[in-house]
Amino acid sequence: MILARLLPASIVGLILFFLAFPIVVVAIVSFSSATYLSFPPPAFGLRWYEAYFSSPDWLNPTWVSLWVASAVVVLATVLGTLAALGIARLSKPMRVFSTGLILSPLIVPGIVVAIGIYYAYSHYGLVGTPIAMVLAHTCLAVPFVVTSVTASLSGIDPRLEQASLSLGATPAATFWQVTLPLIRPGVLVGALFAFITSFDELIVALFISGTGAVTLPRRMWDDLRFQIDPTIAAVSTLTIVLTALLMGCAHLLRNRNRA
Amino acid sequence: MSEIAQPSPIAVPLGAVRPLLRNWRRHVPLMLVAPLLIYMLVLYALPVLAMLLRSLNDPTWTLSHYTALFEDVVFAKTFWITFNTSVIVTLGCLILGYPVAMGLVRAKTMAPLILVVILLPFWTSVLVRSYAWMVLLGRHGLINEGLLALGMIDRPMRILNTSLATQIAMIHILLPYMILPIANALRQIDPSLLRAASGLGATPFMTFRQVILPLSMSGVAAGTLLTFVLALGFYITPAMVGGPRDITLSMLIAQEVDQLNWAYAATLSAVLLATALGILAAARHLPGVGNAFRMSMR
Repeated sequence: MILARLLPASIVGLILFFLAFPIVVVAIVSFSSATYLSFPPPAFGLRWYEAYFSSPDWLNPTWVSLWVASAVVVLATVLGTLAALGIARLSKPMRVFSTGLILSPLIVPGIVVAIGIYYAYSHYGLVGTPIAMVLAHTCLAVPFVVTSVTASLSGIDPRLEQASLSLGATPAATFWQVTLPLIRPGVLVGALFAFITSFDELIVALFISGTGAVTLPRRMWDDLRFQIDPTIAAVSTLTIVLTALLMGCAHLLRNRNRA
Repeated sequence: MSEIAQPSPIAVPLGAVRPLLRNWRRHVPLMLVAPLLIYMLVLYALPVLAMLLRSLNDPTWTLSHYTALFEDVVFAKTFWITFNTSVIVTLGCLILGYPVAMGLVRAKTMAPLILVVILLPFWTSVLVRSYAWMVLLGRHGLINEGLLALGMIDRPMRILNTSLATQIAMIHILLPYMILPIANALRQIDPSLLRAASGLGATPFMTFRQVILPLSMSGVAAGTLLTFVLALGFYITPAMVGGPRDITLSMLIAQEVDQLNWAYAATLSAVLLATALGILAAARHLPGVGNAFRMSMR
């Protein structure tokens, strides 16, 4: 009986270890003092973080990534929230078409999206510009905003909007004072997802970032082709912490919204 | 405004659009969705379609790029590797994912911790997770050094840059996509059914076989489908940790684009896309599948 209870628990524990261990190892390696990649590290230090923060080769792509992701957040959140407000009230064929188009980047293989965008954007001389990265990443980020806002819209009591309208508020006032405050957590969660989608995106960046808009993942990829020095471990750890913080915020927001 | 002072030039067009203006509220939903639809058509859908069109009209309208695939040894081998990898990875995720999903649903105080352990790698980018496996599986990586120190091997094994490395890393990356739909299905099972089964004398194994497993099949179907379709399109992980000869369809497409073979790259893209969409379309009536993609974001 004890064995029967212990065995599944230990199996589950092992699989969870398999999930978490690689991430933990990257974090530990990033604090290594060694000049080469070794585990366990001979001693601990911050030299790889110093290497990252003192190198324009790493900081410039970081700024590009942060700028692109911030612009994507604005564009994707505005376009996605507007669409989410309208999509449920469209006629059925139009709704099916819109939903299919908007959610398709989740299903279409990344390479197909990437080379399609590369093919068209290179015709317009956009390749290698941060604008192209923003325009492309917004398409990939928008599905997350639309699903997140749609989910929080479906949780709204329609009588609240009806009450506002019947009490004489204009549709615009109803939106700003009733609907928007109610869906704000959903909008924020969508914005966080949009940021992370852009910040972590690599395949499209490989094709259209060129030399003028090298993002952080692209820089890491280029570096990994030649060496796997622990600077990447430091960069990885920083991005893991950043995404974990943002996603933690998203989860808190969503749970508060559900409660 | 000067509308009253100059009535005649404006009155005519206004009169013509008046019925439209009167009904403008009916078009509000479309007006809200239209900016995004136009944006995605111009900047995403039409570019992809224009690229795919190269498989049909390069240099003139022809199906020869598709018929040529039947005799294309490189394509056949690549497609087989891609398909085979996806099957292995999906099975691996199913075997490892089901127990974790059960553990997650059954756990009480540990549940938040288990969820964090599942979601932390899920939130980490594919690039970083693939890099983590380079660190672990490399010639001087943790696995080799550990086995050497324990005296289990004499010299480092070659694990990195093999198909095994691709499979391990892809299972690691896709596992949450399997766990979350299954956990969702398990969570919806009425606990009184389990009490009834054991009250009627069923052993825990019989309860699992005859109650839990059948009732969780919608989650299994959704997770399997999601994992498989996502695995088909993998590019970064096989390119980073995979063997030099283990070329997936995505990698072949990227290579052909590098050599500006647009017609061939477009044909391969169409095949990859059709395979993914075909599988989804064939399975769309299965319960739970419709929600699978939305669930992947939770």
